[in-house]
Amino acid sequence: MGVGTFFTSQLDAAIGWARKYSIFQYPFITACCGMEYMAVACSHYDIDRFGAGLPRFSPRQADVLFVVGTISHKMAPVLKRVYDQMTEPKWVVAFGVCTCTGGFYNNYATVQGIDTIIPVDIYIPGCPPRPESVLDGLMKLQDKIAAQVQRY
Amino acid sequence: MDGAAVLERVRARFGAGVVDAHDHRGDHTAIVARDAVLSVLAWCRDEPELAFDMLTDLTAVDYLRYPGREDGPRFDVVYHLYSIPHNHRLRIKVRVEEDDAVVPTAVGVWPIANWFEREVWDMFGVRFEGHPDLRRLLMYEEFVGHPLRKDYPIERRQPLIGPGA
Amino acid sequence: MADTARREFMLGEGAGTGGGSQNLKLNLGPSHPAMHGIIRITAELDGEVIVNADVEIGYLHRAFEKDCEVGGYNNAIPYTDRLNYVSPLINNFGYCSAVEKLLGIDVTERCKYIRVVMSEISRICDHLTCVGATAMELGAFTAFLYMIKAREFLWELVEDVTGARLTISYGRVGGVKADLPAGFAEKVRHALKQTREVLDEVHRLLTGNRIFMDRMEGIGALSRAETIAYAITGPMLRAVGVPYDVRRVQPYYVYDRLEFEIPTQKAGDNYARYLVRMAEMEQSMRIVEQALATIPGGPINVDFEGRAIDPAAYVDRGKQGKTEGLLLVPITLSPNLEGQRRAELSGLNVSDKRITLPPKENTYGSIEGLMNHFMLIMDGYGIRPPPGEAYFAVEGANGELGFYVVSDGSDRPYRVRCRPPCLPPMAALHRMIEGEMVADLVPTFGSVNMIGGELDR
Repeated sequence: MGVGTFFTSQLDAAIGWARKYSIFQYPFITACCGMEYMAVACSHYDIDRFGAGLPRFSPRQADVLFVVGTISHKMAPVLKRVYDQMTEPKWVVAFGVCTCTGGFYNNYATVQGIDTIIPVDIYIPGCPPRPESVLDGLMKLQDKIAAQVQRY
Repeated sequence: MDGAAVLERVRARFGAGVVDAHDHRGDHTAIVARDAVLSVLAWCRDEPELAFDMLTDLTAVDYLRYPGREDGPRFDVVYHLYSIPHNHRLRIKVRVEEDDAVVPTAVGVWPIANWFEREVWDMFGVRFEGHPDLRRLLMYEEFVGHPLRKDYPIERRQPLIGPGA
Repeated sequence: MADTARREFMLGEGAGTGGGSQNLKLNLGPSHPAMHGIIRITAELDGEVIVNADVEIGYLHRAFEKDCEVGGYNNAIPYTDRLNYVSPLINNFGYCSAVEKLLGIDVTERCKYIRVVMSEISRICDHLTCVGATAMELGAFTAFLYMIKAREFLWELVEDVTGARLTISYGRVGGVKADLPAGFAEKVRHALKQTREVLDEVHRLLTGNRIFMDRMEGIGALSRAETIAYAITGPMLRAVGVPYDVRRVQPYYVYDRLEFEIPTQKAGDNYARYLVRMAEMEQSMRIVEQALATIPGGPINVDFEGRAIDPAAYVDRGKQGKTEGLLLVPITLSPNLEGQRRAELSGLNVSDKRITLPPKENTYGSIEGLMNHFMLIMDGYGIRPPPGEAYFAVEGANGELGFYVVSDGSDRPYRVRCRPPCLPPMAALHRMIEGEMVADLVPTFGSVNMIGGELDR
């Protein structure tokens, strides 16, 4: 291992560490899961402890897209567009079972999992997921961010 | 006024315009002819003794697979009326055939009928004659068919993007 | 000509530079920070004033009404949770009552009280969320944090009773899933005390606050005649001075035995709606307290000769092989397999074997129970209301929540229609925002309390 490799890997680790505690999320809230998202964001569960307390409502300022709630076929192009507008590096969290697989909405109106439209990093199942499992998912995302695993 | 008396008043006023009337579980229903529906609705609103000032709900039912109605008129358009001053309810139904699924619009009587009728058009494909803006309400314009019809399969998807688009 | 360049940028090429002016089209949503729900408003602006607005909905349409037609009557209950997901319990009970009306049955006394208590807790949660979210969008983040804190206390109660925080699936046709847990009244007292403290704090923070009132007072007003013509019910109708509340004018469950007021206001603007919601929460707490003080207990099952029968004795008789006449004995549902808890769960559900599932210990312990269970669960059997139709309305958090159920005599609903209380105000939203500033759209939309699941179904 040369000096250069050592330096870049340490730099990567430092950047990863910094990134994982400064998550600016874009809450793409559509449905029921939004209620649990509110609960996670507020005092009882306090997402701020993980450095993800500040939602950014512009895709250009956000680096994690929280897709919270059922995505219908009418909404799918909007989601894709918001995702495309985000700058790299970006991560996507599928919050709730509707975004993971479609859940128990298996009908003409709903998308069967958002991974058919955009890539997903972390799946948080549950209908809706309890705040504890959201925080668990968030920590897993932080591990992924810290490891600097990128799709591009 | 109780439901039976309301029904009696409507019958007395419109005679043959009221095709049928019944009372199931305390819900009084008048089935009216399509030509008469607009005047029935307007009269129900304006007649001081009835004063149905609120169109609580407007929807439709597809009777395609209903036992005994397979070859009868396919759709029922259902109006639920409520009167705030008198605290009584009335259900009015209009029957229409599939190949002539047109009902006069009630937008002139109650403005809320605008969206309710758009939804019925979207979901059932029943047209409302004279409606100012009969677009789909819930589905997207590219969607083909009317999903709440009994012959629309629940899993027939028409995605805009992604697999199958 | 910097001005011309800007005009072209905003209005497109060929926008005309000379005399006359052109309005600007502004698109808000479906994903927009001020839209805590997904709708799209295409507003035509003259300066900052909205002259014309087109509201588009349907982004959360997930085929509730079609899904209901697929399964049995009880299978639709989880879908009703997700209509108005801020107050799911009211939806549950509204749907169950519509099916009960279709069946022509009446639920037990204790069950009615439980439904009242849980509905009112749900209503408080809904109003807390609505007022909190409105305040947050106006910049008052503290009020939002406080109110969600109070909601969290109430959700703990809901979780104690139903086992879930949000999507509870607690109602059943003919009853509820489970009885209230032990010590529930004490927990309610604690939670309501916390909620009252929060409401006091929020009153001090918002009511009379100059900034808040400037954004709310006189904004988004709708006249009384127009509110009625648009079939708007609930807090928005009471904010124009019409004391219409389904709980009062057509009482269901035990609302006619409880004392509560219908708060009304005159102005019909956002501030009036806020005041109505704040006052309603206090009334809901009164109802919960009264209902818990007078809720009846004790077994009310009777055997086929009219004698009270203990569920444990029923099981024992079956185990001894004394099954003669036993099938005719009405029994009640137990949500768990713990035989010891049977006594406290009695008297909860309708004693009708065609509707209510037998206790699990019976299902596993006796052939009659097993057959009864199968007859309700198997495809093609289950609850079978006679052919007909029924409309039942309850007072949802946003207004009259009605369910119109059509039965063809089979075990599946032929058609379920939900009359969404959110849809009329959304249809009238353009009337509320036209002529006002763009910024006024935010509090107006907040005071409408649009819930996507219910609006788009």
